[in-house]
Amino acid sequence: MEFLQYFGGVFEPTSFLLLLGGTMGGLILGATPGLSPTMAVALLIPFTFQLEATQGLILLGAAYTSTVAGGAVSAILLKIPGAPANIATALDGHEMARQGRGTEALHVSFLASGVGGIIGVLLLIFLTPVLARWALAFGPSHLFWMAILGVTIIGSLDSRSFVKGLLSGCLGLWLSMIGYDDIQGAQRFIFHDSLTGGVNIITALIGIFAIPQVIEMLAKGRVKHKIVAVSVAKQSLLSSLKLLSKNVKALSIGTVTGSVIGLIPGVGGQIAGLLAYDQTRKFSKDRDTFGKGNPAGVIAAESANNAMVGPSLVPLLTLSIPGSPTAAVLLGGLLIHGIFPGSDLFDNYPEVAWTFINSMLIGQVLMVIFGIWVASYAARVSQIPPPIMAAAVLVLALFGSYSVQQSMGDVYIMLALGLSMFLLEKVGFSAAPLVLGLILGPIAEANFIQGSMIANAMDGPAQYFLMGPLNIVLIALVLSSIAWSFFSSRREAEKNALLSDTVAKGGGAINDPFHDDTGAQS
Amino acid sequence: MNKTLLSLALVAATSVMGTSVVSADDFPERPISAMVSYGAGGATDFQARIVTMMAGNEDYLGQPMVIINKPGAGGRVGWNWFASEADNDGYTMGAYNIPHFIAQSIEGGVKYSAESFEPIANWGADPAVVVVGADSPYNSIEELIDFAKENPGKVTVSGAGLYVGHHIAALQIQKATGTKLAYIPTKGGGAAAMKAVIAGDVVSGINNLSDAYRAREAGNIKILAVADVARSEEFLPDVPTMMEAGYEVDNASVNFRGLMVPAGTPAEVIDMLAERVQAMFGNARVAKQMAAGGSPMKIMSRAEVQEMWAARQETLTDLLAGLK
Repeated sequence: MEFLQYFGGVFEPTSFLLLLGGTMGGLILGATPGLSPTMAVALLIPFTFQLEATQGLILLGAAYTSTVAGGAVSAILLKIPGAPANIATALDGHEMARQGRGTEALHVSFLASGVGGIIGVLLLIFLTPVLARWALAFGPSHLFWMAILGVTIIGSLDSRSFVKGLLSGCLGLWLSMIGYDDIQGAQRFIFHDSLTGGVNIITALIGIFAIPQVIEMLAKGRVKHKIVAVSVAKQSLLSSLKLLSKNVKALSIGTVTGSVIGLIPGVGGQIAGLLAYDQTRKFSKDRDTFGKGNPAGVIAAESANNAMVGPSLVPLLTLSIPGSPTAAVLLGGLLIHGIFPGSDLFDNYPEVAWTFINSMLIGQVLMVIFGIWVASYAARVSQIPPPIMAAAVLVLALFGSYSVQQSMGDVYIMLALGLSMFLLEKVGFSAAPLVLGLILGPIAEANFIQGSMIANAMDGPAQYFLMGPLNIVLIALVLSSIAWSFFSSRREAEKNALLSDTVAKGGGAINDPFHDDTGAQS
Repeated sequence: MNKTLLSLALVAATSVMGTSVVSADDFPERPISAMVSYGAGGATDFQARIVTMMAGNEDYLGQPMVIINKPGAGGRVGWNWFASEADNDGYTMGAYNIPHFIAQSIEGGVKYSAESFEPIANWGADPAVVVVGADSPYNSIEELIDFAKENPGKVTVSGAGLYVGHHIAALQIQKATGTKLAYIPTKGGGAAAMKAVIAGDVVSGINNLSDAYRAREAGNIKILAVADVARSEEFLPDVPTMMEAGYEVDNASVNFRGLMVPAGTPAEVIDMLAERVQAMFGNARVAKQMAAGGSPMKIMSRAEVQEMWAARQETLTDLLAGLK
């Protein structure tokens, strides 16, 4: 309970102003496509040169928490996930916005972020020593199996066809191989200078999600009668809270997945949202409504990616190991004030450490308040006529992909990926599995090669990858995930066969699988 | 119409001439950018931001410096850009990392070599150190090397990647001791390599002195030796150099950081920058912030850096020749 005595520090006038500013600024930065939480925090570091250590960290902590949540805004309203953490949010969130339920989507997104985030920070406060050991338990072999566990959900993620899901996943895995391989020193598929550094994940996200819908919107043209103004439904906070309480299951799956996976250095943040989304759908009774505007999808994804924020700092604060790129930037922010994180951080600098953590706790609350406040205004974005919207999204996509690393090459990659994705979507492939492949490829590959190198110096690969309790648990999870997908797809097929029988008997046409939601919107 | 065209052409011509002829007297009249070929928040980026923070001061450049990150492929993306596309008028500077870019140019497949760049001044030097976990059975570099000699290929050593200082140090140790180490490059840089040591994934590791110093302060690791010609009196006065332990490993793996400009930059501009930038690195506030961050400084003049680059080129060509 030591942290309680340092709460006063957060409410000192300067500190609280910084906290307010950091939260609001973070929400705006997070909502800007191309500005990931890592970049937002890095941009703020020079400002902390002038501040005291505690104040500087308050600013950085507030910005970190709110940029993660802010990414949901562009994911929901524009279908451009601000960071890998927000991919799953876009799946159902953007559908909701298109149906005029943008306010509702933003409300539950911020509420779920707040709940997940607060639980995550509480874990950081109470369980840090225990969690630190857990973070270290994952070696290359375990991370390899974690990535494979992620691969097993590729087929079932947001795709009407299992095979097409797997194929887009493979495309993503291939894209992830492009560039210079840091471990073996090989240059792979570098057929253009822009590809030397590989395909940046943020660039890919912008292209794959934003460009196809820009083309879709432009294709509709400016014909008046085809443009249907979306009426944005009013949504009271109370009914959003009720909605959240109805989805406690999604909320708990998201929070648990986020906080457990967030701990694992190098993996956590990127896949927590997608894994939570997939789990929630698998355990849901109305599985078919996911991807069509089910608030449970938004709740699971957002609670997971904010629950991850607190635990992801455990390795940094106790072992001085940054577990994520954002944590690495925060480490820089600590060092600049002469503070070395480590097991004695809380003994040597209790005021700095606890004020920082407390500010993240208060920051979560402020973020929810601001988020809810702007939600009903922000949701009106859906009312913008498609031609104007298409232009705006295109500008944001160009600006965002350039700003990732100030490179025109990234803009070309973004456009090329976007155009290809538009064509792929026409033949029934979807974006989420492709992106998941792109994220998991490097994790699986790097850890497999490193693991093999270590294994060769030890007892051989079989012993290294297959033995040990953690390996066995992870392998069991992989196997059960595959089995689950197999059985559920068979059950689905039987159900569909039954359904099409009755439809055929009734004389109705069988739905054309290519003529799905795109037709319904125009 | 013709008049307008003519005057437009004149304006264009004068402006082109205006930028190509940079007089050292006016330079610099607008902010200068500094390209860092690693991501925001990394050690090079972090230090570059500190050492350039006083640039706006009239005693130094009188114009602020802006950091531009061009990360990717272990620095190759940024340095390729710097060698082939950056303006050579003095307004675009870049951070160099030795031995990285020289080793990469020897390995091949990049658009630069030491001749593509002109050094301005050096700000820091971060030697590589050999580390083991806090509960490791090895307490000295001799014990570790003796074990490696008895068990060739069994000692796993983590490091930040290929052709970086850590990799060079591992190669030098192998050459000097006649042992075979299993060098494990990591994808996440020095932090991931350090995690592998603390978690016990590997037997030992080679890492940056600054990061190792902090990890030892936190009680996570033991530091066995420094791969430099002299001990680090400031941070690790108790840790011997490889040389003291009797192994012929010099300072070829020390990670030198400094600023440079593309080849072809006017000589007056280079001279002016070399003088002012070196003075800027020596600023007391810069020194204070760098010390607070645990980043060892080593300020070197343009002439000293030129000599150091040439020496590295020779050592690394020898060392890497056996690798291909």
